[in-house]
Amino acid sequence: MIEEIELLVIGGGPAGLTSALHAGRYGTETAIVDDAIRPGGQLIKQTHKFFGSKMEYAGTRGFQIAELLLKELSKFNNVKIYDRTTATGYYEDGVITCLRGEKYFKIKPKRVIIATGAFERMIPFVGNDLPGVYGAGAVQTVMNLYGVVPAKRALMVGAGNIGLIISYQLLQAGVEVVAIIEGMDKIGGYQVHSSKVRRMGVPILTRHTIIEAVGEREVEGAIISKIDENWRPIPGTEKRLDVDTICLAVGLSPTIDILRQAGAKIVYIPELGGDVAIRDEFMETTAKGIYVAGDTAGIEEASSAIIEGAIAGISAAKSLGKSIPDFEKQIAKLREELNNLRAGPFGEKIKQGLEKLSRFSI
Amino acid sequence: MRIKKHPILEFKHTRLVPFTFDGKTLYGYEGEPIIAALHDNGVRVLRTSLKLNRPRGLFCAIGHCASCFMIVNGKPNTRVCIEPLREGDVIETQHGKGEFK
Repeated sequence: MIEEIELLVIGGGPAGLTSALHAGRYGTETAIVDDAIRPGGQLIKQTHKFFGSKMEYAGTRGFQIAELLLKELSKFNNVKIYDRTTATGYYEDGVITCLRGEKYFKIKPKRVIIATGAFERMIPFVGNDLPGVYGAGAVQTVMNLYGVVPAKRALMVGAGNIGLIISYQLLQAGVEVVAIIEGMDKIGGYQVHSSKVRRMGVPILTRHTIIEAVGEREVEGAIISKIDENWRPIPGTEKRLDVDTICLAVGLSPTIDILRQAGAKIVYIPELGGDVAIRDEFMETTAKGIYVAGDTAGIEEASSAIIEGAIAGISAAKSLGKSIPDFEKQIAKLREELNNLRAGPFGEKIKQGLEKLSRFSI
Repeated sequence: MRIKKHPILEFKHTRLVPFTFDGKTLYGYEGEPIIAALHDNGVRVLRTSLKLNRPRGLFCAIGHCASCFMIVNGKPNTRVCIEPLREGDVIETQHGKGEFK
């Protein structure tokens, strides 16, 4: 049997939940598919307070934002969540297959919002497959969600916001952070985050990289090295650190598998994290009726994912023929909010990426 | 290791239940991902790689990367990062592709 529905949202993170909320508000029959043990995406492990404005829940901690969104969603009888469910494929007749435990089922929606987020990047070094080398987000998950620390002494690779924030959270959980290393000549993340870890005595070494994870069965150490302007290790500058865990916070790439299957046109935009879908101002891709929002659409932040989710949700509802008062005004306001979020120096890269993307006409 | 004290978070634990890892009885909280219980018990090596037999552990923790495949109750390729722990689970290190048991 195929379940027919107006809107299917794939991914229950900030973008997906918000899009369902905004579509659901106008009576759209909506289902959300999410593969985690509990929905909320990466918000549920984020203990830091958000920036931005009221629209993005500024001042609220990430996991509390997830709770708020889920609570709001539970008020709608026309929105349901398939948790612990993986969307396994998109077929040419518009059917999306899903797997929940041993149960396999099919959904045929009129519209789809793809909000599948991102995955952590890996960098090459000797022993990078050893147990004890983690994506930084993985450590954050087991630590902040389940109260388990995998480490006593950790090395953080990457001084962007994720590397800085998770280093601080490792310290909060009682783990010693031996160092944060960064390949660039400056710290990539916000100063508010770097100051926090520095105050707690963690050195941030710029122009450094990891060249080896030491250990037979598990990580027992790390060899780091200075690098030159061409990112080549400088011989003689190697240093062995005594760590049992190496966290990689070296960037994210959008998860676009389903978009590809659906035939949406994809282009490579480094500023947005890699391969992303071409879309119009309503977040609709070149595959008619299929929208994107959040990190899937380009690596940014949960705040902007929330706004993009709102745009995609309202637009999908509108295209389904729902009556939406002030549609244009609402979209304009959301776009303005996105611009505000991207106004600072950190939004520069995103804006460049979006500018490149806009040259590919839809 | 479990976090004992945290400045922001409070961990509400469910029931402590027994499970086995390669025949050894260990304990974890019901419903938490299997990986959390294993990590708490100091288990980080989860499987060995297909060709070179190298040890593999957790990498992404969100069900995307395939690094944490283990045999759970006879079923190979179970992603233990998003598989909830149940009382009496039989969890085994997976070698290579793993086989149904």
